[in-house]
Amino acid sequence: MNPATDGSLSTPLVMLGILLITLSGVPSLFTRKNAGFGQKLASLFVTAGAICGLIGAFSSIILNRSETFIIAWGLPFGPCEIALDPFSGLFLLPVFFISACCSIYGIGYWPAAEHAETTRKVTFFFGLTAASMAFLVMARNMVLFLVAWEVMALSAYFILAAEDHKKEVREAGFIYLAATHTGTLTLFAMFALLHHVTSSFLFPAAASIDAATPLSAAILIAALIGFGMKAGLMPLHVWLPSAHANAPSHISAIMSGVLIKMGIYGIIRVVSFFSHPPLWCGVLILAAGMTTAVLGVTFAMGQKDMKRLLAYSSIDNIGIIAMGVGVAVIGQATGSSTLAMLGMAGALLHVLNHAIFKPLLFLNSGSVIHATGTRNIEAMGGLARAMPATSILFLTGTIAICGLPPLNGFVGEYLVYLALFSGAKDGGGSSAAFMALAVPSLALTGGLALACFAKLYGTAFLGLPRSTDAEHPHEPGGTMLAPIRVLAFLALLIGLFPLLAVKLLHYPLLSWSPDLAQSGLTLSTLAPVTWITMAGVTLAVVALILYVCYSRQLKSTSRQTTTTWGCGYVRPSARMQYTGSSFTETLVHLFKGVLRPRGKEPELKGYFPATREYASNIPDLVLDLIIIPVSRGIDFGFSFVRKLQHGEYHLYILYIFVTMVALLIWAH
Amino acid sequence: MTHILIHILLVLLMPPLLLGVIGKTKAFFAGRVGAPYLQPYYDIWKLMRKGSVFSETTTWLFRAGPIVTLSVAVTASLLIPLGNHSAPFSFAGDMILFAYLFGLARFFTVAAALDTGSSFEGMGGAREATFSCLAEPTLFFALVVLARLSGSLSLSTMLTGSITTLWPDSAPSLILLAGSLFIILLAENCRVPFDDPNTHLELTMIHEVMVLDHSGPAFGYILYGAAMKLFVLGAFFLHIAFPFKAGDPFLDWGVFIIAMLLLAVVIGIVESIMARLRMVRIPQILVASTILAAFALVLVLR
Repeated sequence: MNPATDGSLSTPLVMLGILLITLSGVPSLFTRKNAGFGQKLASLFVTAGAICGLIGAFSSIILNRSETFIIAWGLPFGPCEIALDPFSGLFLLPVFFISACCSIYGIGYWPAAEHAETTRKVTFFFGLTAASMAFLVMARNMVLFLVAWEVMALSAYFILAAEDHKKEVREAGFIYLAATHTGTLTLFAMFALLHHVTSSFLFPAAASIDAATPLSAAILIAALIGFGMKAGLMPLHVWLPSAHANAPSHISAIMSGVLIKMGIYGIIRVVSFFSHPPLWCGVLILAAGMTTAVLGVTFAMGQKDMKRLLAYSSIDNIGIIAMGVGVAVIGQATGSSTLAMLGMAGALLHVLNHAIFKPLLFLNSGSVIHATGTRNIEAMGGLARAMPATSILFLTGTIAICGLPPLNGFVGEYLVYLALFSGAKDGGGSSAAFMALAVPSLALTGGLALACFAKLYGTAFLGLPRSTDAEHPHEPGGTMLAPIRVLAFLALLIGLFPLLAVKLLHYPLLSWSPDLAQSGLTLSTLAPVTWITMAGVTLAVVALILYVCYSRQLKSTSRQTTTTWGCGYVRPSARMQYTGSSFTETLVHLFKGVLRPRGKEPELKGYFPATREYASNIPDLVLDLIIIPVSRGIDFGFSFVRKLQHGEYHLYILYIFVTMVALLIWAH
Repeated sequence: MTHILIHILLVLLMPPLLLGVIGKTKAFFAGRVGAPYLQPYYDIWKLMRKGSVFSETTTWLFRAGPIVTLSVAVTASLLIPLGNHSAPFSFAGDMILFAYLFGLARFFTVAAALDTGSSFEGMGGAREATFSCLAEPTLFFALVVLARLSGSLSLSTMLTGSITTLWPDSAPSLILLAGSLFIILLAENCRVPFDDPNTHLELTMIHEVMVLDHSGPAFGYILYGAAMKLFVLGAFFLHIAFPFKAGDPFLDWGVFIIAMLLLAVVIGIVESIMARLRMVRIPQILVASTILAAFALVLVLR
């Protein structure tokens, strides 16, 4: 590698980290007899690589270092340029950190002894996925970027479809492959157009392309579709729920926490190429974000499968991030640096926050699934008694993801709200109206998220066990709990001391947009987050005082234990509890226009009706009700083409020959 | 400093009085003498010294619920300006914290209800979560309108500064706001016609059914916290509906106290002359209030 600028240790450290993580799974390929050893070695490699990478990324972010390196390669796609700037560094943080957490968690969750068939595959491709994501955010050459993108997409396929002996896993994997390739195809088109504009395979410098041409519009739209597919913007989210639900939990955690954010990275990066991005682009991203947030959480609310619920909630959070990006772009388009800074800060902080609390929830759900053997929350209940540590950690994630103070989720949403409010307050014209409308839709998202997660937590952890599976669960082991504890601590740290995160965002924001550097604004003055610390501390102190009072009162007064009040009925049973579905029944009914719940009420006759069964589910609007029926139609309509595919090789070769001859004739 | 002290004292001492006034008003309409004005204080004091009964299903979360609810009410009360005085905590975006703090309280109330494993309390929790989803957008629509009218992002300047001068010009949108916020005030504080704090039929309750299993000091915290929430949201509503300022700082406190008591009388009158809505009607009314607030927004955006 030749440093193009005077080098420091940041980039070499990150590259060393990437190398270690790439190779982490290789030893396990050769330890067939002792896969457990290979798995532990891989975790060690990933952790060591992550530490190197985090040091490199942090030094770039805090010291504002931007470095470019060029690797010598002989391919005709221009110089192979990689670069580390604070903006890329910010995305490296979750990549490295969450990879290490998930890798350590995987030792206990996916032990080689129980998953002899898949451990080596999962270990190897896990390293490849993580490393390719880190490489992706550093690539500055379009071809290099696409290579990293494809390595990421394909190796993610192998880990998410680890249990490919199960039909639903294969189906989820297939949908994922189809979606990711559609996305990549769009990205090919996008980069081809970009190459047409800049006549170079290198990424153009920030704010260097005129955005007013039709070609630029096409590039922006293609980027939104291609990257939006990965991020899970509605209605491009189709692969996300089933892939997250069917992957092993530590894989779901890294996919939801990090992988889908690569789509967000791509959108922000491509938009940053344009000087003064058009207003419509910002409004489009904002509108897509609003739709994604509200619909994502609405669908999450209707789910019974714990991981499917979390997956839909990832879509909702991507929507919130997109709202921040949308406001930032509107800010750039209308020349308001305040909007640009607040919006982008909200988006970036929510990227970090979601990368903390979503893996926290997915890893915890892994522990729950490990303990109960089911993903169906309606079969759970009362887990808080048997799994006290998990229940508190899960609660932390739940409060964080609902965006409630004093945890980190609130701070990100606070910045997005602040951006929207500023836009609605000072802006004029249609953009102000959009931002004003985005405020209540974000509020609606927050309210629905609360209902959704109160349902999830209440049904799974509180009350009484609803089935025999949930009666004797057990707390997970230390290697599984440790990474979750660290994540929960971070959620609390950022929630109580948001200034730390706000300071961290300073240089990434400036490196994202040169205009912001000139405006002289600082985020900590725009968003006075020390007040959040004040309020958080007040809340904690008041709660502590009340806790002490209450404990004293409990000691000094009499205390009885009895059954739950059931209106005089003294033999309540676990089956009488409110279920998760009944908890959200009214809301599902209110949103039945989009949710389209399936399930027919059974007919009951007479005073002693015979046993009846009732099942309900909520199909995915886009996948189950549009894409699959339409694909079936296409499949049926074009079934005659299948005659060409008969399995006789000599004829296949003939096809090639005929095509070539035809092309030759056409060329003349 | 004096004003901050008065703020804190009022917030801590006055809330149960509102319940007493509401009760007295309802008694007047029913032709009864009614309980003394200070009855809620006696009730809370009595509960603090009572023993507790716990369901064997419950965990620590059940005990944490009332503590969190009351701490939230206290913290939120520091964010709301009272009368013509700014709040002790005032910063850009404090209204977001204000709204989300109540979300935290709601989450813990619902979780504590679900912790009992009772179907009634699950029902109450579900209703609370559902209806507040619909109430939340209204509050934020109102906040956007206020931010745009006042050009400020902090509750204190938004509500105390310019509302009086805004009324002549922006009366239509402020009237719409006041209407929708009154609906939210009643719904969020579980008053008739949305909920009946006096009902004894579990199937029809919202808030009371969630706290069926709480007893002793914990129930006292809940009552006190609920009164404080009524006080805080009532103060918010008054800034828009009753923006009269006396000019003198101490006189302003007097005006505020009288306005709060009047508000309690109005709530008492509403409770006396209206019947409870059927459960299926509640979402409709809440959505209607959201649309009223949306109209207000359209008026200020044009």
